Amino acid sequence: MLDRIDGVDARVRAYITLTPDLAMRQAAEADERLKHPDAPRLCGVPLALKDVLSTRNVKTTCGSKILGNFVPPFDATVVGMLRDAGAVTVGKTNMDEFAMGSSTENSGFFPTFNPWDLDRVPGGSSGGSAAAVAADECIAALGSDTGGSVRQPAALCGVVGMRPTYGRVSRYGLVAFASSLDQIGPITKDVKDCAILMQAISGHDALDSTSLRAEVPDYESSLHADVAGLKVGLPREYMAAGVDEGVRGVVLEAIDRLTEAGMEIVDISLPHTEYALATYYVIAPAEASANLARYNGVKYGYFDPDSDGVEELMMNSRGTGFGAEVKRRIMLGTFALSSGYYDAYYLRAQKVRTLIKRDFDRAFESVDLIATPTSPTVAFPVGEKVDDPISMYLSDVMTLPGPIAGIPGISVPCGFSEGLPVGLQFMAPPLGETVLLRAAYAYEQLAGVESATARKAV
Amino acid sequence: MAARANGGYQVVIGLEVHAQLLTESKMFCACSSRYADAPPNTVVCPICLGMPGVLPVINEQAVEMTILTGLALNCRIPSHAKFDRKNYAYPDLMKWYQISQYDLPFCVGGHLDVTVDGINRRLGITRVHLEEDTARMIHGRDETGEDYSLLDVNRSGAPLMEIVSEPDMKTAAEAREYLMSLRNILVYLDVSTANMQEGAFRCDANISVWPRDGEIGNSKVEVKNMNSFRSVYRALEFEEERQIAVWESGEGPPEQETRGWHEASGTTVSQRTKEYAHDYRYFAEPDLPPLVLDKAWVDDIAARMPELPSVLETRLIETVGIRADDARQLINNRELLRYFEKATAGYGDPQRVANWITRDLVKALGDAGASPSESPVGPGDLIELLKLEDSNRVSGKMARDIFRTMFETGRSAADIVAQQGEQITDQDEIRQAVRKAIQENPKAVADFQAGKTQAAGFLVGQVMRATRGRANPARVNELIAAELG
Repeated sequence: MLDRIDGVDARVRAYITLTPDLAMRQAAEADERLKHPDAPRLCGVPLALKDVLSTRNVKTTCGSKILGNFVPPFDATVVGMLRDAGAVTVGKTNMDEFAMGSSTENSGFFPTFNPWDLDRVPGGSSGGSAAAVAADECIAALGSDTGGSVRQPAALCGVVGMRPTYGRVSRYGLVAFASSLDQIGPITKDVKDCAILMQAISGHDALDSTSLRAEVPDYESSLHADVAGLKVGLPREYMAAGVDEGVRGVVLEAIDRLTEAGMEIVDISLPHTEYALATYYVIAPAEASANLARYNGVKYGYFDPDSDGVEELMMNSRGTGFGAEVKRRIMLGTFALSSGYYDAYYLRAQKVRTLIKRDFDRAFESVDLIATPTSPTVAFPVGEKVDDPISMYLSDVMTLPGPIAGIPGISVPCGFSEGLPVGLQFMAPPLGETVLLRAAYAYEQLAGVESATARKAV
Repeated sequence: MAARANGGYQVVIGLEVHAQLLTESKMFCACSSRYADAPPNTVVCPICLGMPGVLPVINEQAVEMTILTGLALNCRIPSHAKFDRKNYAYPDLMKWYQISQYDLPFCVGGHLDVTVDGINRRLGITRVHLEEDTARMIHGRDETGEDYSLLDVNRSGAPLMEIVSEPDMKTAAEAREYLMSLRNILVYLDVSTANMQEGAFRCDANISVWPRDGEIGNSKVEVKNMNSFRSVYRALEFEEERQIAVWESGEGPPEQETRGWHEASGTTVSQRTKEYAHDYRYFAEPDLPPLVLDKAWVDDIAARMPELPSVLETRLIETVGIRADDARQLINNRELLRYFEKATAGYGDPQRVANWITRDLVKALGDAGASPSESPVGPGDLIELLKLEDSNRVSGKMARDIFRTMFETGRSAADIVAQQGEQITDQDEIRQAVRKAIQENPKAVADFQAGKTQAAGFLVGQVMRATRGRANPARVNELIAAELG
């Protein structure tokens, strides 16, 4: 695996930090454990971690210059769980700065490239994780999904990405972007790996007060349950203008195939979908404006060495340490929370959030699942949307409503358009991970896990 | 004062008190909240340091202490509460936001009854809420004259309870009484040391002054930086005078601003005016789900309510039967009260015990700079002494001297009496000493007989000296009168 990374990462640039010594040490320990028949499923499996997950004694940058030299003294809860399960962690993957972006071009260090076409983006913000899985630079990876940051890059890189129900996976040690939306999720080569990784990271954590106490089902065995009779809702709002023709065709064809497994397709409506983007871009920046306030150069991370006095040090460190998109969102969020604007923006967004959630509640009274494209387009060329934030924001229009409602979603590869991977998204009610995995697995079995590696650029 | 005495002005005062809670751990992490004696930056963890990726977990003990306080202050406990983020940028605030409570605090709408100059006043409590303390900044200047600031993060994340009063107080004396009553309640609830000097009980005051014949407006002055009850009183008195002077000069109402109290000069100084008012951009803390304050839980907390100081004070006066000023003095010092309670447990004259405590013990403790629990004369030792006096084995004067010796040496009363000898009550023995004094002081005798009655006092002194203070003073007086009469 380390050789493979050596061979391709100079072109893909999926990793910010590689930890070969740690990986070799963990591999040696895993070898010992594998001698016993009861070794856990993940024992010895090489994984990559998005650089937003806190790792003890391993640099954790969040893709930002402001944390360019930050080495945390503690592990995120999920990182500890993976280590306990015997996983081997090979490195920390690239991302849009503080997970703000949909192309990994907003990394404070360098962009990551799509393994299918090195002139195109891998999606984001977990672009490094998705590219690493797609380029065989690891077996699987963890990403984080605030508005689609696991599912969208998974779709664009032709791999599986799952966003769990809000609270299913502990956020302790996940560096916060938008606390009420952030969730950690797996990015894998197939649905079965996704189930195995979900098993390893799910569960209640006393360190995260928003984590759910619900028991964790056996995800892997749930894959094989029958899907016949499952009702799949097809929301008309997600097939409207803005979805690329090629993508639409591939996704509709995929949804059609679901009937072969006995699933029933139902047209539904989620009427408040059009407000999801605006709602998201009020709530997420508002929370981010507080979450990112702590980076002031006083305690850790980058600090401006030429400043005179504490005040100037704090201002200059933030001015230089943060990139343009992060500053834009801090400004947006600060504005939305300011007195005189709070009611019109933040409070109203919270009300619309309730309406969007109600749309889903109502829909799930009549369907078990909702199917949509994961992204309105395939991977776009590097540089195409960098100077147009709105068009970049629209890349997440299919994945934003789910997090606003707190529900889980999964993206599975469902074919190609313009020679690039297309993702099919399923969404389910809260704690509906098992039905998501079942449906995605059933689709994968029908379509066959396409071994299209030959088409990849690396 | 003069203008108000003339009926010219009315004063409006409201107080905000921040009290550190006596919990085991900090507000949102597992660090100990007993960091007072720890070296700087040693009682910290990623959570109270505000490192990337950490999350808060609510300290239930702190919530219970807050609700208990609210109940003691006659507040209503709503069915739901939540925490909010209060955003402001300052180096002592680790996350650059403070987890506090904005629109759904734990306790609302209570009151505190106080008596000032014999007048009963019911002072409203707006709310009691919970938040996290900030780190401590220490400013200094090094040998080269360069200013520096140091940060001690130990205090960061300590549980802090804020008690906000209604603007119901009309004088500095009422404000001081409110604070002392509140302090006592927190101490008797065991929720805070409420020690002002140590920063466990901090008070900010809002004060405004208005012409009595006009309307009360909205602007007010916030006064900070007072670290004793006395400084709160002085600052409010000063501010009242200053604001009246502003009105008198025709420039009222005084500008809304924040002013700091300077103890040395006895004045307040402007710190921040309205243009720099903060916009804290409060919003619900997404890392902490809202809390449901279950009635059974609140009832359970209420069941743990100890006797409150006001009730205790009434009981001391009406049932135990001590004077009101003594009762107040004991209530204001819980250790002293405990001393009193232990001493009276085996002794039938509480007022006499109170006299000894508020007079001799308090003076001796003050001279020694000791607290009641550190007293070398324990409650049992004091009672032993009182019983010696009751049985006439020592006189009142002797008892006070013996007490002093007990306090200074730690020896028992019995031991000291055994060495010094008991009181002399024997008529003949005293008469001998009196006659001797009369023989040796003919001038005093002559003076007395010439009508200078105070000369008798001189003779009494001589007798006492000769008997090393042991002669029964009443007998000595009687016999001198008899011998010279």
